[in-house]
Amino acid sequence: MAFDILEPGLSTTVQDQGRIGYYRFGIPQGGSMDQYSATLANRLVGNTAREAVLECTYIGPKLVTTSDAVIAVTGAPVDVFVNGELVPEYERLELLAGDELKFGVIKGGTKYFIAVHGGIDVPEVLGSRSTYPIGAIGGVEGRALAAGDLVPVGAAIDNGLPVLQSIEVDDRPAFSKDVTVRVMLGLYDHLLSHAGLDSLLNSEWILTPVADRMGLRYSGPGVEWKEREQPFGAGQDPSNIVDAGYAVGSIQIPGGTQPIILHRDAVSGGGYAMVATVISADMDLVARCSPGTKTHFVAVTMEQALAARRANTVQAARIWS
Amino acid sequence: MTQQTTARYTWGGDEFLFVEIAEGMSLEANFISNSIANALEARGLAGIVDICPANASLLVRFHPDLLPWQDLERAVRALEEEVRASTEKVLDTRIIEIPVWYNDPYTNETGARFREGYHQRPEGNDLDYAAEVNGLANAEEFIKRHHESPWLVSMVGFVAGLPFLFQLVEREKQLEVPKYLSPRTDTPALTVGYGGCFSCIYSVQGAGGYQMFGVAAAPIFDPSQALDDFSDFMIFFKPGDIVKFKPIDETEYRRIRAEVDAGTFRYRQAPIAFDLGEALADPDGYKLSLLEALNGI
Repeated sequence: MAFDILEPGLSTTVQDQGRIGYYRFGIPQGGSMDQYSATLANRLVGNTAREAVLECTYIGPKLVTTSDAVIAVTGAPVDVFVNGELVPEYERLELLAGDELKFGVIKGGTKYFIAVHGGIDVPEVLGSRSTYPIGAIGGVEGRALAAGDLVPVGAAIDNGLPVLQSIEVDDRPAFSKDVTVRVMLGLYDHLLSHAGLDSLLNSEWILTPVADRMGLRYSGPGVEWKEREQPFGAGQDPSNIVDAGYAVGSIQIPGGTQPIILHRDAVSGGGYAMVATVISADMDLVARCSPGTKTHFVAVTMEQALAARRANTVQAARIWS
Repeated sequence: MTQQTTARYTWGGDEFLFVEIAEGMSLEANFISNSIANALEARGLAGIVDICPANASLLVRFHPDLLPWQDLERAVRALEEEVRASTEKVLDTRIIEIPVWYNDPYTNETGARFREGYHQRPEGNDLDYAAEVNGLANAEEFIKRHHESPWLVSMVGFVAGLPFLFQLVEREKQLEVPKYLSPRTDTPALTVGYGGCFSCIYSVQGAGGYQMFGVAAAPIFDPSQALDDFSDFMIFFKPGDIVKFKPIDETEYRRIRAEVDAGTFRYRQAPIAFDLGEALADPDGYKLSLLEALNGI
């Protein structure tokens, strides 16, 4: 069975939990940008959290299923249509062979997810089905979907469908235009002046439209660096370092003007100083932000970051119980 | 030389430990980073997700639920101490010949599209600029300096399989070239680039900020794994590899491309033991002994 793609949407890619363990070779982790939303969709259709889904960006695909299929759509708020009829998000939907799925205009956030019972069944590359367009691996031929693609769907999963029919409102993620993102200072934060650090943590930063799976760029007052003699090989700008590995979620501020949060498809290293890192528990929150979102960065300790991580684990366990 | 006696340990959120061996680039710092990375890999600690040695630093991704962060830091600090105390400064690696068509039309055409607002010097090409800022007579002189001494792969990353290369010459002979003022949105695949004190080979087409000097003839990233050199893995380079660039002309470039297309191309390479002490003590003499390994095949 398969999804016949009539219209591909703006940038629809196959994603899963990511390609872990190849960062040392420059291959990013990839995976659904909003892991929690993708998990909710997988849960509704009776998959495990590991099955691959379709990640839609702003404009989703128009597709026809070639066989009966059990699907769910989660993530950013959007109107979902089956054969032209409005159907709910965050609910299990049963499609018949020949049914057409399409989407209306997105009402917040940037990404929503389509899960199907059995999962999107493209071949695994280096342990993952996630699409890495720059390296042309994973997904459908290593690229975003195109019209005419037949996207394979996996065989039915033994454990059948869960009792759970829909996700309760309290368990759905929020899509706010005003967020506080928890970060841990570190890496090269000592290169910022006192005023620069103060600006990072106490300014309002606005997410610009320059935001994708690689990174999200923010506008605001900028930051100031300490004056120093640049080390050998680092480059001339005070925001330059000797090229190093980039932590996923780290914030760099090239030239001191616009902070960039590196996300799941980011380059694995480079020569810009990272001054803080979004904690793992807030990476989905960042992924849910749409351009124009007012963002504050608040510094937390490692203990607080780990407590937030545990809280997320507890919430995920609730969904799967 | 401002070699720090101990590394700086810091955290990239709750999943990444960052270890800065030294602020500045040096062969010693790179050797320490790679040695710690190898030793950490050998320890096989549960909860280590990825070990990414870089030019003068090391990034370790870990699973904080499986490996408490304090335990990880303790383990890496112990390994750092061992590595610094060790007198064993030999790396079993290989030397590889990389054929490059310098001053080729592909990178020149791309360079010409990104001048105003991107580049320091609108007239001439990137090689002319690199020669000028290094006080060399002309592009030919720069090309000669670029290929006559071998390079160490000091880091792999940025995008899939891209090697950063550090030339094995005395500090005062190191070439340094500023990056583009603003990154290009396009770079031909296999472009030989240069930024700061590093050369690189762009493994895939895409954005880039390094100056462009030429194009390598054969792939270094091959997801189809069609060539024998990729039968084990789609990525060719590993940190610690030694590279000798070989200048080629268009005829030789076309011949190699045809071999690549036919699936018969193999890189010329030979195993070597890279001795850091000898490389630092007598770079010129050591360079010749490295190149002998290639000449023997």
